[in-house]
Amino acid sequence: MPIQAITPDYHGEVRDRLENFHGNQLVYVGWDRHLLFCSAVAFPLAPDTRFAQLRDEAMAGVFGLHPEWAQVDWGRVSWLLDGEPFEPMLDRPLNEQGIGHKSLLRMQTPDLKGFQSAGV
Amino acid sequence: MSKVYLALQDNDLSRYIVEAIEEDNPSVTVNYQPAMIRIENEGRLVVRRETVEEKLGRDWDVQELHLNLITLGGNVDEDDDELSLSWNR
Amino acid sequence: MAAKKLNIKDKYRLLTRDLDWEFSYQDRKEAFPYEEFEGIKITDWSKWEDPFRLTMDAYWKYQAEKEKKLYAIFDAFAQNNGHLNISDPRYANALKIFLTGVSPLEYQAFQGFAHTGRQFGGVGARIACQMQSIDELRHVQTQIHAMSHYNKFFDGFQDWSHMHDRVWYLSVPKSFFDDARSAGPFEYLVAISFSFEYVLTNLLFVPFMSGAAYNGDMATVTFGFSAQSDEARHMTLGLEVIKFLLEQHEDNVPIVQKWIDKWFWRGTRLLSIVAMMMDYMLPNKVMSWKEAWEVYFEEAGGSLFKDLARYGIRMPKYAETTEKEKEHVSHQAWWIFYNYGQAAGFHTWIPTDKELDWLSEKYPETFDKYYRPRWELARQMEAEGKRFYNPGLPQLCNCCQIPMGFTEMDDPTQIAYRQTVYNGERYHFCSDGCHDIFVDEPEKYVQSWLPVHQIFQGNCGGPGVEDVLRDYYRMNVGADNLDIKGSPDEQRWNAWKGVA
Repeated sequence: MPIQAITPDYHGEVRDRLENFHGNQLVYVGWDRHLLFCSAVAFPLAPDTRFAQLRDEAMAGVFGLHPEWAQVDWGRVSWLLDGEPFEPMLDRPLNEQGIGHKSLLRMQTPDLKGFQSAGV
Repeated sequence: MSKVYLALQDNDLSRYIVEAIEEDNPSVTVNYQPAMIRIENEGRLVVRRETVEEKLGRDWDVQELHLNLITLGGNVDEDDDELSLSWNR
Repeated sequence: MAAKKLNIKDKYRLLTRDLDWEFSYQDRKEAFPYEEFEGIKITDWSKWEDPFRLTMDAYWKYQAEKEKKLYAIFDAFAQNNGHLNISDPRYANALKIFLTGVSPLEYQAFQGFAHTGRQFGGVGARIACQMQSIDELRHVQTQIHAMSHYNKFFDGFQDWSHMHDRVWYLSVPKSFFDDARSAGPFEYLVAISFSFEYVLTNLLFVPFMSGAAYNGDMATVTFGFSAQSDEARHMTLGLEVIKFLLEQHEDNVPIVQKWIDKWFWRGTRLLSIVAMMMDYMLPNKVMSWKEAWEVYFEEAGGSLFKDLARYGIRMPKYAETTEKEKEHVSHQAWWIFYNYGQAAGFHTWIPTDKELDWLSEKYPETFDKYYRPRWELARQMEAEGKRFYNPGLPQLCNCCQIPMGFTEMDDPTQIAYRQTVYNGERYHFCSDGCHDIFVDEPEKYVQSWLPVHQIFQGNCGGPGVEDVLRDYYRMNVGADNLDIKGSPDEQRWNAWKGVA
């Protein structure tokens, strides 16, 4: 049963559907084992944003505060999209590579162990 | 066995209640923390009106315990003569 | 001839049995329309027992005495400038969270018990809910009165009720109670009376209030313990509710167990805020969150669930996860607020050396390994003149609404991510517990009012975060928020104390 309600056939309003974001979609991005950032970050982005823009503008604007950001070797980064391995195409828009509304993108840099190698 | 417990505000009245509890429940542990007194015992703990009255030197209603009580753990039973806390097993 | 004096058992019986009436010309089901839809079966309401057997005359008499004592202390506190006796101005920030996050829940509980009490066919249950409802109203009032004194001297106390309905982190406590109040009456009782009052509120009102005393805050410890004296009654009611439901019908057992599982998890998530208040916001320490969890949940809750085993009730689901979480949650929660100190209605800070050492001592397995490095990096950045504030908005859990900063407990440098897709929409959770609650009733939680999403939908003013803070949350930007260092609170404190 999708809900225990006194009203028959009750349905809740889906508050975060795509249409409510005025042309944007939400993308969550986290940098694994870099817990200076307490959690993944939510970005409202146009669905035709190119991946390079997400990486070099949105992500850099937040994760760039980490002392290791400048050391990221982009050739060795691996990505997870909603839990599955993912190969981003830098010059293609988000919506052409399966990055949907409220998708979670995780960036993994196993060479970089975080501050004091403590995952921070 | 499981422990039952109660905590009282650390004040003048509670001192006498604690004395009465210690007398009626010889195995209790009394633990003083900032502003409060935590009293615990294995299985069962009782607060008896007569004993409290004897310590206080005046009439005392078991329900007056509410004025100083902070918390408790265990099944409660209260009547005119005592309040008890217990676990069934 | 003088009437025979009634004992409390007789008085209680007269109040709760003989004052009720039979429905002769109205349909009972129409009078109590919410009694059946949750699937709970009540065969005999007269089996309801209140072990304290409190009658209205005794209730008013003792409540009046409690109030007189309490207000005498508030007067003395105000007349003697009690705010100058707190241990450290940082302490006042725990009170800001209390006033904006907890006191409004007392009001929600007042409304919740008033509504719920009306829905029960049994008069004993109705009276118990009525008394608790009045108690909860007393709690919100006394808390406002106690903290109004601080409002004269510190920032961040001015608009607590407005903030409770809007501010991002306050959606955590608000949504907790909204969830309970929008459930049926029996779930509400299991949620609030049992899971919250009996199993968890001790952790808020006992060690934290003892901590308030230890930090020189006479007003707070007094309202806290005065409220808690009612709470002892509420806890007892909570336990009786459970025993009553379980004894009424065996079909109630799985329903009650599911609610215990759900509300235990909702409660532990809510209490992560209290965990950080205990470990990080009390300058003079009484006990660590971990110790409090061991005494008030593992030991007391352990005895309780052993006692309930005879009804077929087991420990709440994921209780074993909380045994690991007690080593981590306070640190992870305070780090979230340190990250977003620019958007909090109270001040945040890096713990002092002495405090870091206390945390190492209390958390020998985890603090130096996982959490001290966070503070050392924060300190390094602060020393470079770049106090760290996270410029992005956090991903929130769709159930508890806390930023998704909790980690896998067996891999504490990895954030825990859980997700599900329901009707084509993707939803994210901080834990298995929150995931399961959503999946059980998705039509409820698709409606979650997630503050970060609401900001991005343009429903909170803006466009910038500072506009949201100032205009929508009504924070005094630059005074209420940011680090304690350099804050007006700190400057005033130093002036009072004659510190340069």
